[in-house]
Amino acid sequence: MPLEAKDIYFRYHKKQPWILENCNLKIDKGEHMAVLAPSGFGKTTLAMLLAGYLKPAKGRILLDGRPLPRKGVCPVQLIFQHPETAVNPRWRLKRVLEESGGLREEIRESFGIECAWLDRFPRELSGGELQRFCVARAVMSGADYLICDEISTMLDGITQAQIWKAVLDEAEKREMGILAITHNKHLAKKIADKIIDLSE
Amino acid sequence: MIKWNQRTKAVALAAAMAILLLLVYASGILIPEYAITGSFLDAGRAPCPAHPFGTDALGRDLFLRTLKGLSVSMTMGLAASALSAVIAIFVGVVSAAGSKYMDGILNWLIDLVMGVPHTILIILISFALGRGLWGLFVGIAATHWCSLARLIRGEVLKLRTRHYVAVSRKLGKSSGWILMFHLLPHLAPQFLVGLILMLPHAILHEASISFLGFGLPPERSAIGIILSESMRYISTGMWWTAVFPGLTLVLIVLLVDHLGECLREVMDPYSAQE
Repeated sequence: MPLEAKDIYFRYHKKQPWILENCNLKIDKGEHMAVLAPSGFGKTTLAMLLAGYLKPAKGRILLDGRPLPRKGVCPVQLIFQHPETAVNPRWRLKRVLEESGGLREEIRESFGIECAWLDRFPRELSGGELQRFCVARAVMSGADYLICDEISTMLDGITQAQIWKAVLDEAEKREMGILAITHNKHLAKKIADKIIDLSE
Repeated sequence: MIKWNQRTKAVALAAAMAILLLLVYASGILIPEYAITGSFLDAGRAPCPAHPFGTDALGRDLFLRTLKGLSVSMTMGLAASALSAVIAIFVGVVSAAGSKYMDGILNWLIDLVMGVPHTILIILISFALGRGLWGLFVGIAATHWCSLARLIRGEVLKLRTRHYVAVSRKLGKSSGWILMFHLLPHLAPQFLVGLILMLPHAILHEASISFLGFGLPPERSAIGIILSESMRYISTGMWWTAVFPGLTLVLIVLLVDHLGECLREVMDPYSAQE
């Protein structure tokens, strides 16, 4: 069951130029793909479209030949670049993980989330620690596809490696499709089977 | 001297306020009617140990009347501002989360109510409902929700664009669930502070409308009634009939207002650590 973007067009306002024009993309289950492009090429827009956060002006996003479900847990989960904006600042982090449907211990451990962090508030953790929660939340929701929008750009090398290892291990186990959006060519080469460069 | 930080100050103030409120309420209930019937032998006494606030032209003890009047005013103020704040939350959330059409109607309604001076609107509503406690209550509650509703509308509009709300939707949560667990907890500080800052307004309006004769009936001992009666005798030199009840009213209002400011500073994340 592939995730497809078919001939999509998108712009944020009718008076603005197209950001994405006639864009086609296909990710198969279990496939790892990386999208490379400089700033302003619509990488984040593409991620938002694929995960159903935005609707394309023309064209369709299809999962397994059908449009994305509008209700229930979405099988395509987007992970944002800035984890601070993606967690409710008034919630303890245990609740953040439980929002995905249920806290699963083995995933918590594989992402290196310590039990002591669960009772804290988001502002008491660093960006790297928070990003682990965001990725773990997306994985725990049982998604078939993960769209990773520069999830490790703001992290140091060691944390980057840890998070990506956990994601790839889990993807291997469950045959998840992964679309990684990044600036980093070396990272793209390391994690992806297929690399698309939007600037070309 | 101990330097108190914002939080301890707010807690101390809240405790002091609660004790004061309880005292006023308790005295309002405990003071029997006959204690404020008075006798003409005592009419027009200046403040003395037996009558700390003096007595009025009918010989009623002003200290006891003021206490009883305050308990009426505060009950009224609290009830009216609580209802007003609930209306504000409802209007704000519906206007921000509902359809564009609804938003337009509600914004128009807010502009309409804000456009008419409060006092006149309360007089009209209170008069139409036959004056008395009920008329005043409805009048005050119906006029004080606008600015808080606007604030809450803006807050909900801002919260709705947050990523964590969008993520929650993608995790299969319904709009009702998101409202309950993501939005409303964020609105609690606005609600509480708005309520407390509204209270002095409501009390003052209650007093001023009663003073003008469109509110509570004259046999009731409310602050507004006491003040409006005192105006008749103040030219005969009975200054205490106006000064002491007026001062207690101002004091209570200032205290509540200060408490509201303190709470705002503690709950506002930008000043919470000071």
